[in-house]
Amino acid sequence: MLLRLAPAATLAVLAGPVVLGLAFTVLPAFGFLPALGGTTFSLDPWRGLLAAPGLSTALTLTVGTGLATTLLALALAAGLCAAVAHRPGMARLQRLMVPLLASPPSGLALGFAFLVMPSGWLVRLVSPWATGWAVPPAGLVTVGDPLGISLVAALLIKEVPYLTLMVFAASATVPVERLMAAARALGRDAATAWVSVVFPQLYRQVRLPVFAVLAFSMSVVDVAIIVGSTNPPPLAVLATRWFLGYDLAYFHTAAAAATLQLVLVALAILLWLALERPVAALGRRWLARGSRSRAAGGAAGVAGAVAALLILLGLLSLLAMLVWSLAGSWRFPAALPDSWQLWLWRGEAGDAAALASTSAGIGLAAVAVALVLTLACLENEQRHGLHPGAAVQWLVYLPLIVPQIAFLFGVQVLLVRAGLDGTLLAVVWAHLVFVLPFVFLSLADAYRALDPRYAMTAAAMGAGRWQVFLTVKLPLLARPILIAAAVGFAVSIAQYLPTLFAGAGRVATLTTEAVTLSSGGDRRILGLVAVLQAALPLAAYGLALALPFLAFRRFRGMA
Amino acid sequence: MTAAAKRANLGREGSHACAGVPFMNRSIALALAAGLSALAAFLGPPAGADEAKEAWQDILAAARGQSVYFNAWAGDPQTNAFIAWVGELARERYGIDVRHVKLADTAEAVTRVVAEKAAGRETGGSVDLVWINGPNLLSLKEKGLLFGPFVEKLPNWRHVDRTKPSNLTDFTIPVEGYAAPWRMAQVVFLYDSARTPPASLPRTIPAFLDWARAHAGRLTHPHPRDFLGATFLKQALVELAPDPAVLQQPASEETFATATAPLWAWYDALRPHLWRGGEDFPATGTAQLSMLADGEIALAISFNPADAAVGIRKGTLPQTARVHVLDGGTIGNTSFVAIPFNAAHKEAAMVLANLLMSPEVQARAQDPATIGAFTVLDLASLSEAERARFTPPADAVGLPDNAALGTPLPEPHPSWMTRLVAEWERRYTR
Repeated sequence: MLLRLAPAATLAVLAGPVVLGLAFTVLPAFGFLPALGGTTFSLDPWRGLLAAPGLSTALTLTVGTGLATTLLALALAAGLCAAVAHRPGMARLQRLMVPLLASPPSGLALGFAFLVMPSGWLVRLVSPWATGWAVPPAGLVTVGDPLGISLVAALLIKEVPYLTLMVFAASATVPVERLMAAARALGRDAATAWVSVVFPQLYRQVRLPVFAVLAFSMSVVDVAIIVGSTNPPPLAVLATRWFLGYDLAYFHTAAAAATLQLVLVALAILLWLALERPVAALGRRWLARGSRSRAAGGAAGVAGAVAALLILLGLLSLLAMLVWSLAGSWRFPAALPDSWQLWLWRGEAGDAAALASTSAGIGLAAVAVALVLTLACLENEQRHGLHPGAAVQWLVYLPLIVPQIAFLFGVQVLLVRAGLDGTLLAVVWAHLVFVLPFVFLSLADAYRALDPRYAMTAAAMGAGRWQVFLTVKLPLLARPILIAAAVGFAVSIAQYLPTLFAGAGRVATLTTEAVTLSSGGDRRILGLVAVLQAALPLAAYGLALALPFLAFRRFRGMA
Repeated sequence: MTAAAKRANLGREGSHACAGVPFMNRSIALALAAGLSALAAFLGPPAGADEAKEAWQDILAAARGQSVYFNAWAGDPQTNAFIAWVGELARERYGIDVRHVKLADTAEAVTRVVAEKAAGRETGGSVDLVWINGPNLLSLKEKGLLFGPFVEKLPNWRHVDRTKPSNLTDFTIPVEGYAAPWRMAQVVFLYDSARTPPASLPRTIPAFLDWARAHAGRLTHPHPRDFLGATFLKQALVELAPDPAVLQQPASEETFATATAPLWAWYDALRPHLWRGGEDFPATGTAQLSMLADGEIALAISFNPADAAVGIRKGTLPQTARVHVLDGGTIGNTSFVAIPFNAAHKEAAMVLANLLMSPEVQARAQDPATIGAFTVLDLASLSEAERARFTPPADAVGLPDNAALGTPLPEPHPSWMTRLVAEWERRYTR
C-alpha cells in the first residue's frame, strides 16, 4: 500500500524545487522578476541574448562538444568493454578507472590542463633538453583551443569511466557469457561477438546514463571554464558569467540563456532519439549479413586503445594534482618540484576531518532517501505494470539540464519561504534534487531489464511480493544498486552551489572549502583539494565494487 | 534581547544621530560632570561626540552575544586565517561570534540577498556583512538592498583617509555611508625581474604596443567579463581618452564614441601581438596570474600592489617578482564591507566593520606575510605608536612604497565599464 505512494512521494520531494527552480529560470527570461523591478513580461531579455556577440559560436561549441563527447564516450566505453571481453587482463584497467570516477570533474580537468598546456607537465618532461624551450612555447595552443578539442578530451576522461561502469553494472542483468558463447560458436571473434550481440542488449540499459552524459557535457560550467575557450565560452558558461556578473541588469539575459540551454539539451536528446532508429536498422542489416568481418573487432581494438590512453592521461592528471599538493615551488621547465612542503596538508588536516564527516553525512542521507524512493518507484511500476509518463521523467532529469546557478535561485526562494535555508535538512533536500536523478537513471534501466522469470519462479515457489523483492530482486540487483548508490554519493560530495545556497553559506563541506580555496588559483591548493574531494567517493566506489564480490563469491556471474 | 527589540534599539540610534535635541540636556550634564571631557570634545571629536559615543555604546551592547555571518571571498588560506584572527579579536573584545561564510565569488552573496528579497524576507536575512567591490556594491545600493547609512556611526571612521576619493566615492557614485572602506586596490603590472629587466617595461599605455611587438604572445589580460579584464581596458582608456574628465560623467553614445576611438585604434594594433594572437583570454584574474607564475606570459595586470610580495611569501611567485606602475599613474579603488537591508545582526556587523577599520587590524592586513592589503586609513591621524605598526617588515621583498605607486587615478563612471565591455565583445568575440 505504502508503495503506491512512492511516485507521489518522489514528486513531492522533487516538484517544489524543480518547478520553482524552473519558474525562476524561465520567468526572468521573459522579464519577470519583481525583486529586481521586473513586474511585466517582455521579450527584451531574448533580444539581448540574440544580440550577444558570439552567441552562434557559443551555441555551436555547446552542441558540438556535447554531441562529440557523448558519441565518443559511448564508443570508447563500448570498445573498452569489448576489448575486456576477450582480454581478461583488461579488467585490471577497469579497476584503474575507479579513481577517475571518484574525482570531482573540476579536479580532473585542472590536472588535465596542467598536463597538456604549453607550460604543463608533458612539455616540462621533455624541456629544455629535447625541445630547447627554456620558457614555455608561445605559439602552442592546447587548453582552450577554439574547436573545443581539449574540452571534449577533459570530459571524456570523466565520462568514459562513467559509461563503462554503467555498462558493467547493466551486464549483471544480461546473460553475457551465454550470449558470447553462442556468438562465438557462430564463428565471431570475441570483440565482434560482444559488439554485435551483447552491446545491443546493454545499450537499452545505458540509454539514460548516455542522456545524462549528453546533458552534463552540454551544461557543465566548471570544467568548461578550466579547459574551454573564453571568447566566447559555451552557452552554460556564458549564462553563469551573466548571472554572477557585477551588473544585475544582466540577470534577465542570463535567465534567457539558461532557458535556451534547457531547450538545446532537450533538442539534442530528441536528435539522439531520432537517430537511434536508423542506426539500429544499419546495425541489424550488418548482423543479418553475418557480421563476421574483422572490421568490428579492429574498431573495438582501436577504441579500447584510445580509452586506455585516456585513462592513463586521467591518472597522470590526478598524479599531477597530488604532486602539486606537495610542491613548495615548481617552475618551468623543471620536471619535478624545485622544493617540497607538507604545511598545506598539515594546515588542512584539522578541518578536513570535520568537513569530511559533514559531507559524508549529507551524502549518505541524500543517497539513502534517493535509493528508497527510486526502488519504491521502480517496484511499484513493476507490480502495477505502470509506465511512467514522459512528463514525469523529464521532471526528474530537469535539474541535470538547467544550469545550476539559474535553477538554484528558485530553490533558494523556496527554502527561504519555508524558513528552511541554512539547515542541514535544506542541504540534504537540495542535494537530493541532483542525487535522485543520477540514482534513478543509474538504476532504472537495469531494474526494468531484470528477467521477470526470476520473480515468477520465486512466486511460483510461494514467495510473497515483499519476499521476492527482498530475497530475489535486491540480491540479484546488488551490483547496480550499490553502484547507483556510489554514483549518487559522488554526486552529492561534489555539489558546491546547492550546498552554498541551501545552507545559506552556513553548512561547510569539503567541497565548499575546496571550491572557495580554488578561486585563489594556487595550484598547490587546487591539488590538495582535488585529492581531498576524491577520497570519500573513492571509498564509496571501492565498497560498491567490492561488496557484491565478497558477498556473492559463491555465485559466479553475480559477483 | 529579542530580534524586535534589537530593531527598535537600532531605530533609536537613528533618531539620536538625526534629531539629537531631546538628549541635549543629558549631554550637557554629562559633559559638565566629566569636566575634562568637554575639553577633549573641543580639541578632538566633532560636536555631538558624546551622543555618537552613547549611540555606539548602545550598538556595542546590542551586538554582544550576536553571531555575524561575514560573507567574504575565501580564495586563499592566508585570507581565511586573517579573517579567523579578526574573528578571535571580535570575540575577545566585543563578545561577538564571527562566522566566515566562505565565497568563491562575491556575486554568490549578492544573488542570495536578491533571492531573499524575491522570497519576501525583509528581516532575519542570512547575510550580515559582505566584503564587496565597486560594481557589486553599486548594484545592491541602486536596488535598495543595503542597510544604512551607518558608516559615520563607526568610531574608527575618523581615521579613514578622506582625501582618498575612492574611500567616499566609488566609481564616481557617492557611497553615502552605505559601506565601510577596508582595503585599497590599485592597478599594478606584475613581472619577473629576472626574466624581464625593469628598464624594458612599458611606462605608458602607447608603449605597450612596442613591448608587445618585441615580446609576441607574452602579454594578455583577463577576459573583459572578468572585473580585472575590464580594468585593463579602463586603464588604457584613462590614459588614451582625449579628455579624461568626461569619464567622470555617465557615458553617452557621443562621449563614448569620441573618448574610446583612440583606445580601439591602440587595441587593434596591440591585439595581434597578445597571447594566442588576442583570440582567446584567461577567464579570470587568477588564471592570468597562474600563467605568469608558469612563465607563459611575462606581464600580468593585478589590482593588489602587494601581489608580488604576497606571492613571494607564499611561494607561488619567484623571489624576483616585482610590480610595475605606469608614469601617468594607475586606477585605484577601495574595497568595502556592506550590510544587506535585511541582515539579521546589523549591530554585530557594524562592530565588525568598525574593527576592520581599526589601526591594529589595518596594520596587520597590510603586512605581506598576512594578506598585504593597503590601508584605507590616514596614517597622519594616528598616534606615533599606531603609525609604527604600518612600517613594512624589513624582510618584505617586492613591496612598492607609496611614492612608487603615485596618486591613484579615479575609476570612471560605471556606465563606461558597461559600455566598454559590451563594445569590446562586439568587436572581438569570435
